[in-house]
Amino acid sequence: MIVGKYIEDAINWMTINFSGFFDAVNYGMSSLINVIEAFWVWLPFYVVIAIFTGVAWWKAGKQNAILTVLGLIFIYFAGFWVETMQTFALVLASAIIALLMGIPLGIWSAKTETAQKIIRPILDFMQTMPAFVYLIPAVLFFGLGTVPGAFATIIFAMPPVVRLTSLGIKQVPEEIVEATKAFGATPRQLLFKVQLPLAMPTILAGVNQTIMMALSMVVIASMIGAKGLGEIVLQGISQLRIGLGFESGLAVVLLAIILDRITQNLGKSNKKK
Amino acid sequence: MEKIRIENLSLVFGKGKNKALKMLGNGKNKAEILDATGCTVAVREANLSIDEGEIFVVMGLSGSGKSTLLRCINRLINPTKGKIFVNNEEITNMNDKELLNIRRKELAMVFQHFGLLPHRTVLSNVAFGQELQGVPQQEREKQAMETIGLVGLQGYENQKVSELSGGMQQRVGLARGLANKPEVLLMDEAFSALDPLIRSQMQDELLILQEKMKKTIVFITHDLDEAIKIGDRIAIMKDGEIVQIGTSEEIITNPANDYIKSFVENVDRSKIVTAGSIMFAKPKIARLKKDGPAGVLRIMRENGVEHLPVVRTNRTFLGFIKLTDVLRLKQEEAKTIDKAIIEGIMSVTPDTTIENMLPLLSKTNLPIPVVNDDNHLMGVVSPTSIIAESTGMDKHEINDIIQKAIEL
Repeated sequence: MIVGKYIEDAINWMTINFSGFFDAVNYGMSSLINVIEAFWVWLPFYVVIAIFTGVAWWKAGKQNAILTVLGLIFIYFAGFWVETMQTFALVLASAIIALLMGIPLGIWSAKTETAQKIIRPILDFMQTMPAFVYLIPAVLFFGLGTVPGAFATIIFAMPPVVRLTSLGIKQVPEEIVEATKAFGATPRQLLFKVQLPLAMPTILAGVNQTIMMALSMVVIASMIGAKGLGEIVLQGISQLRIGLGFESGLAVVLLAIILDRITQNLGKSNKKK
Repeated sequence: MEKIRIENLSLVFGKGKNKALKMLGNGKNKAEILDATGCTVAVREANLSIDEGEIFVVMGLSGSGKSTLLRCINRLINPTKGKIFVNNEEITNMNDKELLNIRRKELAMVFQHFGLLPHRTVLSNVAFGQELQGVPQQEREKQAMETIGLVGLQGYENQKVSELSGGMQQRVGLARGLANKPEVLLMDEAFSALDPLIRSQMQDELLILQEKMKKTIVFITHDLDEAIKIGDRIAIMKDGEIVQIGTSEEIITNPANDYIKSFVENVDRSKIVTAGSIMFAKPKIARLKKDGPAGVLRIMRENGVEHLPVVRTNRTFLGFIKLTDVLRLKQEEAKTIDKAIIEGIMSVTPDTTIENMLPLLSKTNLPIPVVNDDNHLMGVVSPTSIIAESTGMDKHEINDIIQKAIEL
């Protein structure tokens, strides 16, 4: 090992010296995830189906609403309801944190050349490093469970929204930016009144991508004890139960399609058909 | 009164600006500086003074630095060297806050591709400047409605700008500029993206608006016809340098160099050149009381002319007198010339264009007198020079043509 040794040392050093910090993060994140999870599990399944279908109808039209109903009913009768809600809660929590960190990073990297030079290679690293690798430091920092799963998911899911936020802001026509400045806009006014509104479709595409990536990672995160559909997939693999594995996999796909259709249309004006 | 002053303004893009500026000072040209330093000289030692209430046009082809020069005035681009003053306040050393303030209050800008916010309505685009200043919504929209009326956009205020045609969008751009009630309007190729017909219409409307508003307008264009039509004065730029500044007539009748000459070659001069600039300013004259037939004859012989304008002693124009008539008077031994004066001659003022003088040629073969408002003679314009100016031929060519016609 050439660099691995140093990485190992660094991770170990951080684990020892920042244990207080990691404990605090662990506590905060697990509270957040538990609240979200408890809420979705507490809701009766038909209410959840109604909420999802309503949002799908509102944002993505009738066809997608029908798809949503059928998909969720399948999941319910396949017996994966609680696991699906756990997965959904974990995706939601991770995605929210990834967006809260990713969008400001994207704005920053669009605004200054230096920031972009720093952020870009880090994003490349985050996206191309095999996702499983994140699981190791996650476990070292936070132990086994849902929080390290969320940690790995956040790292894995953040790059798209950073990139697309940055891209969206840079794509605002130069003349519009100039015009805004020429009328005496402060940098803050330029950002909130012009750049962000005009970049919104692109940013929302990033939000969609981040949620999709979060979902795919949440399943992998079950390897270190994150709850949800991933657990069942893992069970199917380890016990060689093809049927179980396939069915739980199908539940993941259905959840993915539903989330994708809804978030893909966030930016578009509502179409009620 | 002076509104904007630009002093020794230079702008260089690229690294190693100091070396480039030094070379610039040594009179090296754009290509040499680019070769040596890799820097592009966008504007070079520009000096300008723009008066309050005038439309000042900066004209040049693309890459001549005209748009860059304009952006220095509100510091969308910071000049590398030199100073800019608006109302005698130096823009170039203002801090961010002062700059923000002057952009909000004094300098508005109109853009080639409009620079509007496509996701907003016409009304909220027009009110945008005031929104940035924190004016309450009701108040700013009330003011915006007034401006919308001014540019003829009534009824469109709630449409999204992306739904409007180019001409309409630029009206929004213009309205947004005017809504802040700025003293200076910076217009960057404002009409260049429009269809020719709409463009000409917008030019007319701008001129009508300007009569009411009396703003100071700095207008950038690459189109000479546009420059001539709307500019009180024109500056022509080439390779970052201001080559000539003057009224359209000054530039056309007296181009500073071959570049400008080739530029103005195809302009319809007859609409621009006026009697004042082509008249012969101190013509020989016959004075009613002082010059008798003998004296007039002498003046005619000395100058080789066959007719003279006749004036009273205070230079009031009376008419012309012809050589043949003077000879007849002399034979009759008349003491004065008043019997032979040809009266009822049509005269023009110095600002009459050639276009408007051409019809007069069909009535007379005498020179056309140019008089001021008090009917005092200021000069005469010969038919030959009218034809020369309107056709672009020189006098020799015209004489050749006449010669050939006589031979036939």
